[in-house]
Amino acid sequence: MSKKILLEHAHIEGIETFDTYRKNGGYEALEKAIKTMSPEAVVEEAKKSGVRGRGGAGFPMGMKWGFLAKPEGVPRYLVCNADESEPGTFKDHYLMKTIPHLLIEGMIISSFALGANKSFIYVRGELMYVINILQQAIAEAKANGFLGKNILGSGYDLELVVHPGGGAYICGEETALLESLEGKRGNPRNKPPFPAVKGLYQCPTVVNNVESIANMVWIINNGGDAYAAVGVGRSTGTKLISASGHIKNPGVYEIELGLSVEEFMNSDEYCGGIRDGHHLKALVAGGSSVPIIPANLVYKTANGEDRLMSYESLSDGGFATGTMLGSGGFIVFDETACIVRNTWNFSRFYHHESCGQCSPCREGTGWMEKVLHRIEHGHGNMRDIDLLVDVAKKIEGNTICPLGDAAAWPVASAIRHFRDEFEWHVKYPKEATRPGAVYMGEAELV
Amino acid sequence: METKPDLLKITFDGIEVEVEAGTTIMQAARRIAEADASQGHLVPPAMCYYKPLEGSGGKCRACLVKVAQGSAKDTRPMPKLVPSCITMVQDGMVVENVTNPAVLEERKAIVEFLLLNHPLDCPICDQAGECHLQDFAYEHGSSNQRYEEERRTFEKHDIGPYIQLHMTRCILCYRCVYTADQITEKRVHGVLGRGDAAEISTYIEKSIDNDFSGNVIDVCPVGALTDKTYRFKNRVWFSKPVDAHRDCDKCSSHVTLWYRGEEVIRVTARKNEWGEVEEWICNTCRFEKKKTSDWIIEGPTKVLRSSVVSANKYRADTVKKPDFALRLANSQYKPIDDSRPFITDEETVRQLSIENNRKANERSAFENTEN
Repeated sequence: MSKKILLEHAHIEGIETFDTYRKNGGYEALEKAIKTMSPEAVVEEAKKSGVRGRGGAGFPMGMKWGFLAKPEGVPRYLVCNADESEPGTFKDHYLMKTIPHLLIEGMIISSFALGANKSFIYVRGELMYVINILQQAIAEAKANGFLGKNILGSGYDLELVVHPGGGAYICGEETALLESLEGKRGNPRNKPPFPAVKGLYQCPTVVNNVESIANMVWIINNGGDAYAAVGVGRSTGTKLISASGHIKNPGVYEIELGLSVEEFMNSDEYCGGIRDGHHLKALVAGGSSVPIIPANLVYKTANGEDRLMSYESLSDGGFATGTMLGSGGFIVFDETACIVRNTWNFSRFYHHESCGQCSPCREGTGWMEKVLHRIEHGHGNMRDIDLLVDVAKKIEGNTICPLGDAAAWPVASAIRHFRDEFEWHVKYPKEATRPGAVYMGEAELV
Repeated sequence: METKPDLLKITFDGIEVEVEAGTTIMQAARRIAEADASQGHLVPPAMCYYKPLEGSGGKCRACLVKVAQGSAKDTRPMPKLVPSCITMVQDGMVVENVTNPAVLEERKAIVEFLLLNHPLDCPICDQAGECHLQDFAYEHGSSNQRYEEERRTFEKHDIGPYIQLHMTRCILCYRCVYTADQITEKRVHGVLGRGDAAEISTYIEKSIDNDFSGNVIDVCPVGALTDKTYRFKNRVWFSKPVDAHRDCDKCSSHVTLWYRGEEVIRVTARKNEWGEVEEWICNTCRFEKKKTSDWIIEGPTKVLRSSVVSANKYRADTVKKPDFALRLANSQYKPIDDSRPFITDEETVRQLSIENNRKANERSAFENTEN
């Protein structure tokens, strides 16, 4: 059994109610923080813990908090990004519906640390029932004096607002989320200025992922140094991984960062291995937007080292032979999966979700989707493959927000590693478009 | 005693210029071009950025430049190409624009992206000749096309008696949205939808109705928003622009009248050399005052921005930005006789087109026999 920080009490029945949560040590961290610590000390603990943003980019949370501008007389805001819509990622959803109070407690501690008197949880619009659970939890916390005016007699006030999104993937980008929260069209803003200086309603704002904020509870209870001791290197703590695809036990798992990919994939405690009689073909390690890697690079890096579930190890080798931890959407493909079809599917998603603000992403995502659709349906030709690589290159890095990169990486990496499969689709359109047809060529199956 | 503001020194394509703090790279480049007309080609193209509109810019990515040195203090280059229209200069910044092949390559890609779903109906587009997208494509685009898919189309929306919306031509620069937001009293149009299906529209077929709505025509860089009273009447290069004003109680009424023969066929706001409106004008001036007697004529408009409007009318050396379009215009276009009367009678138009077709047929028959 590896260490559990977030899901320690997840198995207890009724943990979503205030009473059960309180009995199992809930809100103790909040009491400790508000009664015995100063806001600066809480920020210091977050910095010490080295916890990195769990939304995908992996930016150290304490450092982000440190950047928050603190002008006099201007309110500050904390916004929790619960607009989890990346294909393959469903960890925040699970966390919020299972232990809503963990998020609420983390929100109160973090708001206290940042000096925010009004904080928001922006929840994906599709998860209406989760919104109800969170609102129930907030009402319970308020009734017990942990929220509202003068929390625990400390003189600190906090109002917590749950805001449902409209169901747009782009609103998971922090500045688009702020625009949406303000009631505007969810277009990402140009940066700089960053939200830490001018965020929600032009006031300094911190936007954090659900999982990052929930980690604060354990950090306050046990100290930042204890948290930093968990994990490996600069990837401290634990991470929720949403495992899906052709594995025996799909689901949400909490792992200590630094666990080897091989163990995570094959141990019965976690994924339980590829389904019987099949072989691993490819892996998307961190949600649909990270580069896909073929089987021979999953367990070992290009240098022959063991690949670990950590920010550094997964991105070892850069984009040529590595991938990213991203938001922890672990999608496994066995040899029956068609990479071209999968790439087209991802591409279709990004085409649908592009906000249409900047030209490379607006036009490029649609172009890639149409070309991939053609290849998948047997109307492609060889120059289309190079065209896709070129278009992906032109989108990447030239857009306002990372959605352009997210749309370009899966396409570029799929062609980098599975070019023969794309060529097979072009050369033998009849075979490739037959229902259930799968390429069984040179790609290495482990 | 007045203190002089601290000037920041930046190097733009090897040219040093001193500007105040808070200037963008684009403005610094324009400063260079204003000081020395021969450097006009260095200014990054702007498809969405519009100085008079607050918050515009950063969307089209046409003006991306490479910052090779962030500032004198922090000499690291910026990792990505940055949009020059919204990036503030810092002291000691080194910017590479046309001197960096990656920037030119990206600009070529942006042209390609913008033209992907653009209908390329320039021959019947009223904007042709003063279209920023045409200029941008001529200057930075490539002549071949790699897009084989079907272009997206939209349902037609009627947005009122004055303004014609061609959504297929739109490049979603958001300029008209900012104009409606900042110039007019109430904003009645915006962007609906997402991605390449996003469209400029009024919600539920409402027509755009307020005194300054006509300005969205002037800010539109392409032919997506055009003047309905001028629709299909003329090509811009057949008309002569003249500065004029009148006594108007709503606006400054500093306008440009576009003459065809003796007739005013169009009224627009005056634009500076970057194609930006200098003073907003009201709908009465723009759409309803189309007689010479309504106006006090000031003199011919100085066409600064290179365009085919200036072909045959102005000498190339008076134009600040000699570029491909103008060179082509000057070398290939035959002098246009714009003293021809402007014909509105339908029967005459029909007769003329029959006559023209006959001439064209004769000409092609002649060319065939020559071969």
